Amino acid sequence: MSDNLATVVRDICRKYGRERGRLMDIVRAVQEKFGCVSGPAMDLIAKEVGVRRVQVASVVTFYAFLSEQPKGQVVIRLCNDIIDQMAGAPDVARAFEEELGISFGQTTPDGKFSLEYAACIGMCDQAPAALVNDVPVTELSTDAARRIVRDLRKHMDPSRLVHRLGDGNNAHELVHAMVMNNIHLRGPVIFTPANRGEAIRKALAMTPAEVIRAVKTSRLRGRGGAGFPTGMKWEFTRAAPGDRKYIVCNADEGEPGTFKDRVLLTELPDRVFAGMTIAGYAVGAAEGILYLRAEYAYLQRFLEDLLDKRRAENLLGQNICGKAGFNFDIRIQMGAGAYVCGEETALLSSAEGSRGDPKNRPPFPAQKGYLDCPTVVNNVETLACVTKILEAGPATFSEHGSPGSTGTKLLSISGDCKVPGVFEVPFGIKLSEVLKLAGGEDAIAVQVGGASGQMIAREEFGRTICFDDLATGGSVMIFGPERNVLEVADKFMEFFVEESCGYCTPCRVGNVLLKERLERVIAGQGEPADLEYLQDLGQTIKTMSRCGLGQTSANPVLTTLKNFRATYNALVKKRTDGLQPAFDLGAAVGEAETIIGRKSEHAHA
Amino acid sequence: MSATIEFVIDGKEIQGQPGQTILEAAQQAGVYIPRLCYMKGLVPHGSCRVCTVLVNGRPQSACTQPVAPGMVVENNTEKVTALRRNIVEMLFVEGNHFCMFCEKSGNCELQALAYRLGIAAPKYPYLFPTRDIDMSHPDVFIDRNRCILCGRCVRASRDVDGKHVFDFVGRGPHKRVAVNAEVRLADTNLDVRDKAAEACPVGAIMKKRVGYAVPIGQRLYDHKPIGSEIENGKK
Amino acid sequence: MAKPKVATTSLAGCFGCHMSLLDIDDRILKLVELVDFDKSPVDDIKEFTGRCAVGLIEGGCCNEENVKVLRDFRAHCDILISVGDCAIMGGIPAMRNGIPLQECYAEAYLKGPTVHNPSGRIPNDPELPLLLNRVYPCHEVVKIDYHLPGCPPPADTLWEALVALLSDKPVQLPYELVKYD
Repeated sequence: MSDNLATVVRDICRKYGRERGRLMDIVRAVQEKFGCVSGPAMDLIAKEVGVRRVQVASVVTFYAFLSEQPKGQVVIRLCNDIIDQMAGAPDVARAFEEELGISFGQTTPDGKFSLEYAACIGMCDQAPAALVNDVPVTELSTDAARRIVRDLRKHMDPSRLVHRLGDGNNAHELVHAMVMNNIHLRGPVIFTPANRGEAIRKALAMTPAEVIRAVKTSRLRGRGGAGFPTGMKWEFTRAAPGDRKYIVCNADEGEPGTFKDRVLLTELPDRVFAGMTIAGYAVGAAEGILYLRAEYAYLQRFLEDLLDKRRAENLLGQNICGKAGFNFDIRIQMGAGAYVCGEETALLSSAEGSRGDPKNRPPFPAQKGYLDCPTVVNNVETLACVTKILEAGPATFSEHGSPGSTGTKLLSISGDCKVPGVFEVPFGIKLSEVLKLAGGEDAIAVQVGGASGQMIAREEFGRTICFDDLATGGSVMIFGPERNVLEVADKFMEFFVEESCGYCTPCRVGNVLLKERLERVIAGQGEPADLEYLQDLGQTIKTMSRCGLGQTSANPVLTTLKNFRATYNALVKKRTDGLQPAFDLGAAVGEAETIIGRKSEHAHA
Repeated sequence: MSATIEFVIDGKEIQGQPGQTILEAAQQAGVYIPRLCYMKGLVPHGSCRVCTVLVNGRPQSACTQPVAPGMVVENNTEKVTALRRNIVEMLFVEGNHFCMFCEKSGNCELQALAYRLGIAAPKYPYLFPTRDIDMSHPDVFIDRNRCILCGRCVRASRDVDGKHVFDFVGRGPHKRVAVNAEVRLADTNLDVRDKAAEACPVGAIMKKRVGYAVPIGQRLYDHKPIGSEIENGKK
Repeated sequence: MAKPKVATTSLAGCFGCHMSLLDIDDRILKLVELVDFDKSPVDDIKEFTGRCAVGLIEGGCCNEENVKVLRDFRAHCDILISVGDCAIMGGIPAMRNGIPLQECYAEAYLKGPTVHNPSGRIPNDPELPLLLNRVYPCHEVVKIDYHLPGCPPPADTLWEALVALLSDKPVQLPYELVKYD
């Protein structure tokens, strides 16, 4: 067995050139093969790649999909984000537990199954959903969960769980998924017929500077949520000194409630790859990396195949489309389960084969990014827009949307509405109109921008989706009258506690404290002073955190404090007895009562 | 002289050099910016966030932010100090800091910073984590109860000693410092003379048999707040 | 006019903070001119005789009785002060907070190196208060108005703070008087 381990690990390391920079691929491959990256495996990898064992450990222990301890042959990861919870994930969870005889976080004694929770897997429009190894299973019921386990016990082959195929390319033989696209509104920019190669040919007929000018003229801003002007980012990268430059496509769509990049990569990956190629031409890069989140691994073969096709058609490779000297190729870098890797510098750390720790800025990626080379990091949707801008011209693009936010936006809508799915809407659309489109008019609250976004109350449904008002990477989660917004906020805080990389103090510690105090308030043990405490703590996390994750992680509390103050006020009351309401003597002596065998006089007086 | 970069900290004119960070330039000018994960000679980490200043109103870590002409920096103001106090309090409740018997007490940067910021008790609840102690090495021990994850040992061992004895494992609240061995520090090549053995600002990585050597009253921060030496012009 | 009253207690503490209070030396004569002691080990008064201006709490809460006493102090004192690291953060007793309670009992009554307990049972005498699942800082059980850290806080710290409070002045201690050891 250990000989086998040594041989296999060595072969895997050699396959990736024993390069330190491919450590992510190496540990992923070892994990897949052995169900874990054990201590001995880490020693072997370290030796092959020329790093210390503790460096390998630092990577393995960072990502949710990697582990030192052996996992089952089949790992079932049930999505437990708020939308899946509302759709019945807790019942599904119980069904899995009963059928497997284990709890979440455990592996069956025969080593066949592990049960885990996953943060949002990007299937909120078909919740509850789970990943069975790489295979997504959606619209789960308790019956479906039991059937899945029984079927797996027969064949242990997750791909055979796909009894029905989804729409569009989900039915493609290389995808073979039950996932649905649920595209409910096609707009004039993204979901339009595409002609493979057209945009690239048009771009190559221009100079790189003209391509950048076209993107600037379109006033395209980054679709990941931050809204940095794309043309400007390209210009900085082009101007930065360095022979090697990189184009990175951020397909680590981890924000709870978003799934539009999944649909784009399923239906219009050509547009995305074309956008990357055009960016490469514009900034003078020869290499592109698509960083694909581990949850979307089921799309990998399909995307790799498409890259091959593009190479065959000379849309990638040497002297692309006959343009002498323009060489560009793309590789796919798989993630391994870490929300923070959607933060562009954390993504770069991860792509370099390290923990997904964000980097210090400055320098910015445009100056020093991937492997310290000037790097453009763009969102999937941004790159798809680029292709359209080159196809139809910047003016056609910027006639849609609003002056500060040109073009259209893909929204991923989920929660309490009639038709959850993907909607391409013009920027500037009112939230109330969005709700009407999805059939969610009776919402009491809408979370715009995912867990890191804002919880909006009814009074503000007249606000608009755009960079200057409600900026969003695309997540719109709708909560109906029966929902408790504070419990939703608590769920988001759980998410941030889990997903903080732990690098900086305010995010690592502050979110744990914020969640503790929020739960105290929800339990009716809060006082008015606790609301000030939440505000002050939340503001500290927001101001002092190092990256975008921490800077937005307090938003669930801060925006509900602002927009749902009455809900908080109804829960807290001022105490005059000087006692701390959260201290429960009965609970504190309970254990001793059991051990000693008598009841406390004081606790039950 | 054209290379001098002029900017302002709390109304005071500062002259920095190109390539300097705000923290370094301030220090040279006798302005102390509180810090924990920063250590002279190590690559800045920007993780503790204690050195956060407002640069033209925007929060930036002074240990990583380069000086720029004309920047207006807020350092020793009520607002910034309150935020720093919160960070230091977070570090106290995150670990198990038993100052009363800690060998580092009196020379501990975390403790000294709390004194300087006037913290009598943290407003946050103590988390009382379960952490381990590694006494395996003949000359150096690790008490993770006291670790504040500043990464000074990691950087000192990697960049100065060239050994990479330490690195971070785990994520978020589960993050901790691990050693380059299966478990034990004794199984690494750490030497008591390594920079990493003296880089810890708290009592998490300590040399054995030298604790309590300096009597109370003569320790680094018994009489003067941390940073006084910088403010008094001694660098 | 009646003198304001001061009460003191040691919960899960070692009485070191009380010793430190006695360390104010001859100033103790001034102190008894300023205040009367109510419930306190200093005068061995067991129950409160009336309302107190200041309550000094040494030690954290490790058992049910500590909680009862602390709540009693809160009910009788205008100002409650956590004195010393144990009251503030649990101190040495809180080192058990990472150890399961069953193991703590076993170590104390069954397996400890100095234990002689032929019965092999953990005693169940109502006089022995039940332990809490962990040691709690005082301010997690009741509201605390001031914290005076130290192990123990120096006599000067206690003196300065008491005098300030009794004369309605803000408690502002010099750098050297606020230490955690």
